[in-house]
Amino acid sequence: MAKSTVTLEEVTIRFAGDSGDGMQLAGTQFSNTAAVFGNDLSTFPDYPAEIRAPAGTTYGVSGFQIRFGSLDVLTPGDTCDVLVAMNPAALVTNSKMLRENGTIIVNEDAFTDKNMKMAGLAVNPLTDGSLAHFQVYRVPISKMTANALTDMNLSTKFVDKTKNFFALGLMYWMYNRPLDQSIRFIQEKFGSKDAEVAEANLRVLKAGYNYGDTVEIFTTRYEVKPAKLPPGKYRNIMGNVATALGLVAAAKKSGLQLFLGSYPITPASDILHELSRLKEYGVKTFQAEDEIAAICAAIGASYAGDLAATTTSGPGMALKTEAMGLAIMLELPLVIVDVQRGGPSTGLPTKTEQADLLQAVQGRNGEAPLCVLAATTPADCFFAAYEASRIAIKYMTPVICLTDGYVANGAEPWLIPRAEDLQPIPVAFQKNPTGFMPYSRDEKTLARPWAIPGTPGLEHRIGGLEKQHLTGNISYDPDNHDFMIKMRAAKIERIADDIPLQDIEGDQEGKLLVVGWGGTYGSIKSAVTEARAKGLSVSHIHIKYLNPFPRNLGEILYKFKHVLVPEINNGQLIRLLRDKYLVPAVGFNVIKGLPLRAEDIQEKIESFFGSNRAGGNNG
Amino acid sequence: MAETVAKEQPTVKLTIKDFQSDQDVRWCPGCGDYSILAQVQRVMPELPHKKENYVVVSGIGCSSRFPYYVETYGIHGIHGRAAAIASGVKIANPELNVWVATGDGDGLSIGGNHMIHMLRRNLNIKVMLFNNEIYGLTKGQYSPTSRLGQITKSTPMGVVDNPFVPVSLALGANATFVARSMDRDPKHLQEMVRRADGHRGSAFLEIYQNCNVFNDGAFSTWTEKDTRDDTIVYLEHGKPLVFGKQKEKGIRLNGFTPQIVNLTDGKFSASDLLVHNEKDSTLAFILANMIHNPELPRAMGVYLAIDGTPYEELVEQQIAKAKARKGEGDLQKLLEGDETWVVR
Repeated sequence: MAKSTVTLEEVTIRFAGDSGDGMQLAGTQFSNTAAVFGNDLSTFPDYPAEIRAPAGTTYGVSGFQIRFGSLDVLTPGDTCDVLVAMNPAALVTNSKMLRENGTIIVNEDAFTDKNMKMAGLAVNPLTDGSLAHFQVYRVPISKMTANALTDMNLSTKFVDKTKNFFALGLMYWMYNRPLDQSIRFIQEKFGSKDAEVAEANLRVLKAGYNYGDTVEIFTTRYEVKPAKLPPGKYRNIMGNVATALGLVAAAKKSGLQLFLGSYPITPASDILHELSRLKEYGVKTFQAEDEIAAICAAIGASYAGDLAATTTSGPGMALKTEAMGLAIMLELPLVIVDVQRGGPSTGLPTKTEQADLLQAVQGRNGEAPLCVLAATTPADCFFAAYEASRIAIKYMTPVICLTDGYVANGAEPWLIPRAEDLQPIPVAFQKNPTGFMPYSRDEKTLARPWAIPGTPGLEHRIGGLEKQHLTGNISYDPDNHDFMIKMRAAKIERIADDIPLQDIEGDQEGKLLVVGWGGTYGSIKSAVTEARAKGLSVSHIHIKYLNPFPRNLGEILYKFKHVLVPEINNGQLIRLLRDKYLVPAVGFNVIKGLPLRAEDIQEKIESFFGSNRAGGNNG
Repeated sequence: MAETVAKEQPTVKLTIKDFQSDQDVRWCPGCGDYSILAQVQRVMPELPHKKENYVVVSGIGCSSRFPYYVETYGIHGIHGRAAAIASGVKIANPELNVWVATGDGDGLSIGGNHMIHMLRRNLNIKVMLFNNEIYGLTKGQYSPTSRLGQITKSTPMGVVDNPFVPVSLALGANATFVARSMDRDPKHLQEMVRRADGHRGSAFLEIYQNCNVFNDGAFSTWTEKDTRDDTIVYLEHGKPLVFGKQKEKGIRLNGFTPQIVNLTDGKFSASDLLVHNEKDSTLAFILANMIHNPELPRAMGVYLAIDGTPYEELVEQQIAKAKARKGEGDLQKLLEGDETWVVR
């Protein structure tokens, strides 16, 4: 039977299955293939905190959503067009993510009585008509996988583990994708270690592809053309990898050795993993006994002259608080990466949130200002980490680089920068003992000199007790304390002279300004773009520099009648804006451990234009 | 690299003055810390290190003011974290000669975790733990080495938690060098500082230190001249354990239990006595446990000194190996990763 091909501008697929079903792998493979094919894309891994929750349960379901297209792809999609559900629990928990008339591909072999009971289903949804508003394809994925491997004498358990490649192969067929990238991956990953495993996975991948080609239930294939991205060399990159590369790049460009002190914590551990592999770059990673030791070791390394960093997530950030104060007092460069997750306390370890902003800006004892940046997308993590390093070194200060679970685990195509084009990071260690004073200051930056141990004649002591201006000796003098507090604050404020002015997407003035920060960039931009297409007077700014703010921020805010601040927290940036600029901003706060939905933001935007009243009051 | 640390030679002859900072020492008059500071300042000039390579790190507490008074590089850190800060200094630059000054509260209570982990990693860092069995800086609460029943500000009816034996804790953490000395025996303390410095790896030196304000005389049984001959046995590698004013007593092992024997009544001679062996970790535990029998003398000196490659050397070795295998890392290659495509 002839199969027709339909061209689409973009598609969102969600792979869902048990935590052990390899959905993250299937999703990542599909993403890499789409990236190399030239699509723009955005991914969203959505998985539980449990490593292997009991098979078949709803709380053990792991999902991976990818949106790819020939246009600018800003978010992984509020909803998906296609849901691949490997078992009843995956179908139950994910069908609400599927758009009206969307496509479901289910592994019908998994719809056993036992699995349906595990998923809390009394009747089979494949037969009770509850999925009538979707296009459902029932595919015997388990059986077909087993058939592909009958002559290989493999254990049932192993055979079952390869079925993610069947689903992946079928998706490749459906979206006209080449298999090469995944074939290469399988050969590289398993080929050298276990030829049989490689062979099995390859067979199953191809079986999935051929199934689509042969079986008559699939009548249409889809095609998504490459996106018109700016010319250059690209790679697909995840946020945590980009953060690691940003730190290494900063170390290389500054000529410093990179030291990472870290303690394993979800969702930040991948940065530690990534950096621990890069020993040929001279990177030293220290997996400390706890979060406190991790940052303290980094402070020690910074004193000794390394570019020092510590990486963590919310609970670990809280533990590092006191040491951050020490770094502020010692005035040493230090990069603190906080991959935000759902809180408070242990909260939602694998879910995203933006609720550490106030902790980052204000959460320390005493007057303890430091610089805070936030990454907006997975690839932007590179620039955020690099910029954090540059500022830390130039201003002799700790800098907090906020990312979040969503940008950290998400991926997108990245126009690879040329190493030589990266902004230089000059380092000038103090060498001359004549007139050396540990707390003298550079006139322009107010930074103190970096005098590292091993330099003759510069022996000096620093510590957490209040420092005397210039000498750095202990001082309890009231006037000196007042002076030093204001000096430390002034130094951080000076950073505003060194960062770009805030840019506006949309008109420079108008009725509504939507202000975001961090990982909500894509969602807000989508919503604002849609609203502007409808002719609404709305503009968007996304603040990367959260302390200090860009110099022109106040000016921008005052040029709009209304200010809307969507955040995945209960109103944090909005407090900083109101405090500093006294603007009557309105919040939009949805804190579900998920990225904001562009559609919801758009609805909120439209509420400012619908009637005479301004939007709701969630702030 | 660390192997060369002990061999570097200062270019000019240093004296005690080179290690005295211009800061007024602010400990209470009569505090044992003065003696410890003096002994360290006396020994440092003769050690084979450049002055600019010394880094003294501390936490919080009376003892932790130590770095301010030594004219070297130094960090006065936050409570309990000296070992962690020092670890970063040493890993970043293994050529530095890193010392930690800490106390029983700083090093064993709030900083206990960092202490045991630093010791097990065997970082080439020298720890001087000033043990005064009390919190001095906060004015007299009990510490993790205070004794059962001890009356303090926070234990008006006496301490009810069992104390740590610092030497045992360090041995339990697999420290490669463990020693004990005291503020009132300058010569011995100097020798122990020298020994700690010469050790390749973590060195843990407990120093009995009198807090004459909040816990005066806590160690007088062992530190006072008129009693200490009978209450202390000095450990010397390869030598039998002999003590007493006339060297008339010794320690012999009865199974695993040390016991005091008299060397003058003809029943036992020096050849029956326990001979100290710094390389024997089992023996080190037996000696550390002598503290639990009040009849036995306290052992002073080096309990254990064994070999082990320090952490920071292993780190350097891995980096060298990775560079030998893959070449010096190229930034552009790293940015590009494994798979790229070109948009024209």
